[in-house]
Amino acid sequence: MITRSVHHDTFAIERTYPAPPSKVFKALTDPAAKAQWFLAPGDWKASDYRFDCRVGGTERVESCPPGGEPHIYDAVYHDLLADRRVVFSYDMRLGTQHLSVSLTTIELTPVDGGTLMTFTEQGAFLDGDPASATSRVEGTNFLLDNLGQALAG
Amino acid sequence: MVARLTRGPASVSELARPFTMSLAAVVQHVQVLEASGLVRSEKAGRVRTCRLEPVALRAVEGWMVDRRTEWEERLDRLGDFLQQDHHDDQTQEGNTP
Repeated sequence: MITRSVHHDTFAIERTYPAPPSKVFKALTDPAAKAQWFLAPGDWKASDYRFDCRVGGTERVESCPPGGEPHIYDAVYHDLLADRRVVFSYDMRLGTQHLSVSLTTIELTPVDGGTLMTFTEQGAFLDGDPASATSRVEGTNFLLDNLGQALAG
Repeated sequence: MVARLTRGPASVSELARPFTMSLAAVVQHVQVLEASGLVRSEKAGRVRTCRLEPVALRAVEGWMVDRRTEWEERLDRLGDFLQQDHHDDQTQEGNTP
């Protein structure tokens, strides 16, 4: 049985690319260009890729590692500011399990010789990691119940 | 107890100090924590030392770590793609008479 939990967190990644913001923006928003780098590489099999890049538009990637369950990425685009900013939210699913709901902001800043990309993801990460987190969360809850009783007694 | 262990390993009596419960009750709590995989303990002589199991703590952030790793790989591929694109542009410019 899955123990239900939500972990809220934010992470940020920075990259500097030797290309102007217009090129980086195109690689993020042009479906043909994006397909070249965004889809899972190697022996993963992408069975579905759709990208309608406009505010309110959606993007979907369904890809499968060899012998594994399908990883399903479903995004909605909220803000597109040419050469400057992309904001989208996305659901991540593994088979039928809902892993996370995230809001992602990509900012592009021109720097000497290229573009600084700041990628920020704020997410609700759902139900932890099923293999190891379940017993730990249950164990911790049991402990906290015990501790409450001990303090009340 | 877990908060204390995030600062470093501690003996059972050190863990018990802030609480108004018997040492036996603390030992029981440590056993629960060990069964949950969050803590492990080792006995040296008469002192049982407890420490956090970092793998278990990281698991709570499991999906976030997955998402972050996935994006880091994607953004590296974007870098390769942009570099390739840049070379193509230069080649095209070079070919223009």
